[in-house]
Amino acid sequence: MKKEIICTVCPRGCHIQVEGEGDNVISVEGNACKRGFTYASAEFSHPVRILTTTVKIKGASHDLLPVRSQSPLPKEKLFECMDIIRGAEATLPVKCGDVIIPDIASTGINIVATKNID
Amino acid sequence: MNKVLCDVAIIGGGPAGLAAAVAAKEEGAKKVLILERDNALGGILQQCIHPGFGLTRFGEELTGPEYYGRFVEKAKKSGVEYMLNSMVLQVNHEASEVICASSEYGLTAVKAGSIVLAMGCRERTRAGIMVPGTRPAGLYTAGSAQRLINRQNIMVGKKVVILGSGDIGMIMARRMTLEGAKVVMVVELMDYLAGLTRNRVQCLDDFGIPLKLAHTITRIEGNERVTGVWVAPVDEKKQPLSDKAEFVECDTVLFSVGLLPENELTRKAGIKINPVTNGPEVNQYMQTSAPSVFACGNVVHVNDLVDNVSEESATAGKYAAQYAMGKLQGEQKTVNCVTGRNVRYLCPHKVDANQKNGKVTLYFRVLHPEEGVRLVAKCGGDIIASHKEFRVNPGEMNHITIETDKITSDSVTVEVEKAGE
Amino acid sequence: MMLKTDVVVIGAGAVGSAVARELSKYNVDVIVVEKNEDVGGDASKSNSAIIHTGYDAAPGTLESQLVVAANPMYDDLVKDLDVPFSRIGAILPAITDEQFEKLPEIKAKAFKNHVYDVEYKSGKELLEMEPNLNPEVKGGLWIPRESIIDPFILVQALCENAHDNGVRFLLNTKVVDIKTEKGKIKSVVTTGEEIETTYVINCAGLYCDEIAEMVGKAEYKVVARKGQFFILDKNTSCQVEHIVLPIPTKVTKGKLMCPTIHGNMLVGPTAEDQDSKVDKSTSAEGLQSITNDVKNLVPGVNVRDTITQYSGLRPNRNPEGLNFDMWDDLEGYVNLSGVRSTGLTLSVSMGKYVVEQLLNHGAGFKLKDNFIKKRRGIVKFSECTIEEQDALIRENPLYGNVICRCETITEAEILDAIHRPLGARSVDAVKRRVRAGMGRCQGGFCGPKVIEILARELGVSPTEINKNNDGSYMVTGSTR
Repeated sequence: MKKEIICTVCPRGCHIQVEGEGDNVISVEGNACKRGFTYASAEFSHPVRILTTTVKIKGASHDLLPVRSQSPLPKEKLFECMDIIRGAEATLPVKCGDVIIPDIASTGINIVATKNID
Repeated sequence: MNKVLCDVAIIGGGPAGLAAAVAAKEEGAKKVLILERDNALGGILQQCIHPGFGLTRFGEELTGPEYYGRFVEKAKKSGVEYMLNSMVLQVNHEASEVICASSEYGLTAVKAGSIVLAMGCRERTRAGIMVPGTRPAGLYTAGSAQRLINRQNIMVGKKVVILGSGDIGMIMARRMTLEGAKVVMVVELMDYLAGLTRNRVQCLDDFGIPLKLAHTITRIEGNERVTGVWVAPVDEKKQPLSDKAEFVECDTVLFSVGLLPENELTRKAGIKINPVTNGPEVNQYMQTSAPSVFACGNVVHVNDLVDNVSEESATAGKYAAQYAMGKLQGEQKTVNCVTGRNVRYLCPHKVDANQKNGKVTLYFRVLHPEEGVRLVAKCGGDIIASHKEFRVNPGEMNHITIETDKITSDSVTVEVEKAGE
Repeated sequence: MMLKTDVVVIGAGAVGSAVARELSKYNVDVIVVEKNEDVGGDASKSNSAIIHTGYDAAPGTLESQLVVAANPMYDDLVKDLDVPFSRIGAILPAITDEQFEKLPEIKAKAFKNHVYDVEYKSGKELLEMEPNLNPEVKGGLWIPRESIIDPFILVQALCENAHDNGVRFLLNTKVVDIKTEKGKIKSVVTTGEEIETTYVINCAGLYCDEIAEMVGKAEYKVVARKGQFFILDKNTSCQVEHIVLPIPTKVTKGKLMCPTIHGNMLVGPTAEDQDSKVDKSTSAEGLQSITNDVKNLVPGVNVRDTITQYSGLRPNRNPEGLNFDMWDDLEGYVNLSGVRSTGLTLSVSMGKYVVEQLLNHGAGFKLKDNFIKKRRGIVKFSECTIEEQDALIRENPLYGNVICRCETITEAEILDAIHRPLGARSVDAVKRRVRAGMGRCQGGFCGPKVIEILARELGVSPTEINKNNDGSYMVTGSTR
């Protein structure tokens, strides 16, 4: 399978051609630097993204708690994670970095608060 | 009337104001007071819950709240004071006074040794770019929608067209999609992306949202709620080809069509405004035409990276503190910064050449994209600084650092040269 | 259930409101029926906001009589009702020789209309008065009593005052039929309740032909004449201090430039006849034509400084002309039609005229002795001195909470707009009462807050807050 990946490592934005089978990368072309090679290979086999959104706060109707995935999540799981987050509630007080949802969607990655709220 | 005295008064508690406050404290100012109109510090970053901040400053990718959270912590630790829910109505620089309104403190006159303007910017509107059509509900600037969704727990619509491929527009495309809306397309007048490529990949391509380059919205339809927009390609002169317009159904239109420095207070105070940046003219101390008034962040010129804002604001805070303490009051030798080939504006606009061993970073934007270039600063025909860039484009700020000791004439010109020349 | 009243006024635009307020001086029961969610009508809220003198009306017509009579009435009226108003005066510059030659004719017409204070001015004098005028100006006319007003507040004030004097308002209510019996008005059928009444006064503006048809008096058709406008930023580089009018043509008074009562610049309007009574869209061509034309008067006008563009529909009629009609075979029915660009001005004299005509036709209305003449306006925090602002916040801390940063509008003012008689129920209604969202950011900053305040004060969910009429919902739900 061939895939064109636009590199996001630097503003140069190389269009990199990656060929591979399943998760195995066979060839990478069009990258201007080594970082591009690493990025394109990873993006080809396991694209991951940081997810940021908000969580409802128990007892508050207006205020929301901003949250993020502690590290990047598999891209294909973003919507599944959103469904879980939509049903979650945070209890105050919260400190930036507090785990709000542990191991979301069995990814091993926590959803954490990005703000202190007393 | 409530009366307050302080060394440095800072208008705005966003990233610029916070960085200025922290720096002013570090420089030794005793009482530093932030006047903030919102109910919390953090400014616009409170609603920028997405990642992408702090790579330069902290070497890690933070969300907006994490980024400003670090500054709030520093500010609180160092004893910066602040008044929330306080809207500044007037800056009287001759009296070195700021008047603000607040429910909690009443009308308050703040007398300060120096004043820092850090009001940030506002969004250009649909009317600002004169999109014809009706005036229904469902038209939002991207930032207003972002505030409603991320701070007020309010969803603005279900089927969305976004005008403008700047970073805010693309980030809102992803945000709306994650919250269950259908983003029909992002429309961009220019034939190139206005924001960062990574945002195109992660906010549009990831969700299969079409990007229509060299297109614009030619008409808005709907009497009560918006029912759709007409989208047409544009020619080289950016004029829409109306006969090729297509109707796109939607119930919401987000406008992400540029930011404008918010200088109502600056103007009213009679401080000199630069017509290109729409912000106050400043020197390397971030000092405006009123010597006791400093300015920093997006109120001076619209930045793409908050990391730059923090750095520039720290400069403003440092010198505002010095001014308040009676330093920085010596005679200045003012040299103008002049835009040369393919340079749209320069900031700071002026340099005090009397600064000893000064290193001044001049930030600037180019007029049009170019590859394989050399950025050059010249003074009286001599090159006083230069470096190569692989690519420059109007969406990304460039900079060049000059040494004040090398300034020999009354102006410094910055230009973009073809690298081969 | 059937409501009962003496007079039904159809339409709460400028004319309907003025008629209702005039009637409220008498011991009659009045109901105003308005299809929109707020008073203020359609044409009455999107026009050039000028109170004319009538200098250019067709002499001897009802329109001339009413406009000329109306202008002096505003001095007292705006004080009684607390309406922003200023007699800034108009200049009518002749740029070409051809226009210059027309001036005597225009002045003579003004005199025929009893507008005797129109004066000639030399080009030099005009340029002194208005430095941004086209330097080619040959000379022109000075019309000192042409004035500017806040048209929203004028109508709100008329309605609030009428309301204080006992007039009932049915908003969001459309007239669907009028029943007559033996040549007499019997009742008005609405989308709400049916109203038994002796009199019906048709002040329906754009829709007055449809109302007339309900009683079989469809002798004319309303032709909507669109006018597109620009509003420019208060900081715009090129400003004028007076109303700068072009030499009129047969079709229209032409495209003008003037300050608004709140310090913006207004530029426009176009005059485009159209079939639709709802299409209030702006067009690139229309806006361009305004720029082109007004540049002849004020070459430096900078429409790039626009903060909004809008269009309004003048309820012109075919055959043309302002008409007041009563019919012998239809007792109790009054029909007003052809109320055009002078409609805002003549609303107040029309109110008086309608009542006079009813009295002449045997209506036994008697003046009340407890008529409340004055209306309390909304305090404008931004126009107060520092000392006054300080006092206001002490008295009510919500004056310290600035919601609209562009126009400096406080939460206290917004609450007053919501909780006063005929209070605001929508985002636009708040905007028209206190100007929150009318500044350069066009509600970008205050819009989200205004939605929250309205929802909180009205005890509803934000999804129930409309921009204006039903269906113009602002938001779709909550995210969590």
